[in-house]
Order: sequence, then structure tokens, then C-alpha cells
Amino acid sequence: MIKSELIAAIAKHKTHLTEKDVELSVNHIIEYMSHALSHGQRIEIRGFGSFSLHYRPPRNAHNPKTGDKVVTIAKYIPHFKPGKEFRDRVNQRFLDQQAANRDQI
Amino acid sequence: MTALTKAEMVERIVAEIGLNKREAKEVLELFFETIRTALEEGDAVKLSGFGNFETRDKNARPGRNPKTGEEKLISARRVVTFRPGQKLKARVEEYAESEQQKQSNGGGQQQSGFGDNPSENW
Repeated sequence: MIKSELIAAIAKHKTHLTEKDVELSVNHIIEYMSHALSHGQRIEIRGFGSFSLHYRPPRNAHNPKTGDKVVTIAKYIPHFKPGKEFRDRVNQRFLDQQAANRDQI
Repeated sequence: MTALTKAEMVERIVAEIGLNKREAKEVLELFFETIRTALEEGDAVKLSGFGNFETRDKNARPGRNPKTGEEKLISARRVVTFRPGQKLKARVEEYAESEQQKQSNGGGQQQSGFGDNPSENW
């Protein structure tokens, strides 16, 4: 599912909001989250999960082509930890499907 | 710095887009619910400029309770992963670099969450 499909799916539920309003909202939501993370702020959405930054310390690396030693700089990368409801729903559906497949054999 | 929450995003949608509070709440709730439903159905969600939510199937593997040392089989499962996009990664790095520069210039020590021991903050 890409962003335009997400917008269309939301607009289908929300009959009194125009697709334009939904599109504007979705773009804003994504920008609020990007802005927060790129300013070192965590995001916490109950039932969905949390976003935070993980620290990657500088390390000694090699250029695989030349074998030269390179020291990479420390950096932060965005990390998502799914919340319990999200985790359980995704996994439960998977387990149900697996059980159904087993029954067919 | 407190975390960004749905309540804060609702307020900003009301202020910046002009939806009423109920509409803002609904659209925000549907945003997260639609992503959850897609992944529940095994469909990845790709938000350009932000990142991709995907599922990954894990085989059963032997594990250990780190507290008791007891060995136990971890059952097969499906997990959600998030892969940040290039644009988001670049924005985060830009900020981290500017913070590191601030610190090496002697300003704003450890106030930002990007202090000497960030693992405690994150």
C-alpha cells in the first residue's frame, strides 16, 4: 500500500471529509512525525508503537575496494518499536493462517 | 522533551488545516488503523519520504530467559519492521551532526537528548 492508496482508504471511511482534506491531513501527519524525529523527539502512539532514534557509535571500517581504513562518524537512525496491539494483531492473523493451512493438509 | 502524541497532532491538524477536533481525531485514528490493517493482511505500507512498514516471518528458534537462564523454544511468528526512507534518515543525521557541532563548540551540554550517553535517553 502506498501513500495515495492509504489516503483513498481513509477517504472511503470518512464520507464527509473530502479526499483533499484527507490528503492534506496525511501529509501533515507524516511531516509532524518526520519533524519530531529529525529534532531528536520521540513519538508515542498507543496501540501502534513508538519511534525513537538509535545511536550508532563511530566504528573502524574498511573500504572494501581499496582496503583503506575509514573511521565512520557516529550517527542516529530512526527506530520503530511496534506496540502490543499492533504486534499481536499481525502475529495472530499469521498464526490463524498457519493453523488453517495445516488443517487443509 | 516530551514525546509527540496523538493529542498534540490533533491540535496541530485543527490549527493548521482547519478540521474540527472530532474530524482531526478520526482522520488520525484512521491513519494508524489503516496501516495496522494493511500489515495485518500482510500488505507492506510505503510512505514516501518517511519509510516502509513491512512484515517479516520468523522461524521458531531456541531462546533463553535472560533472567533465569532457562532454555525455551521461541515460537514461529510474524513481526512488523520499519525501514526509514532516505529522506528521513538524511534529516535525522543532519540534526545529529548539528548537535554534535554545538557540543564540540562548548554549548548546550546534554540538554538535547543527544548527550554523551544517548543510550540512556533512547
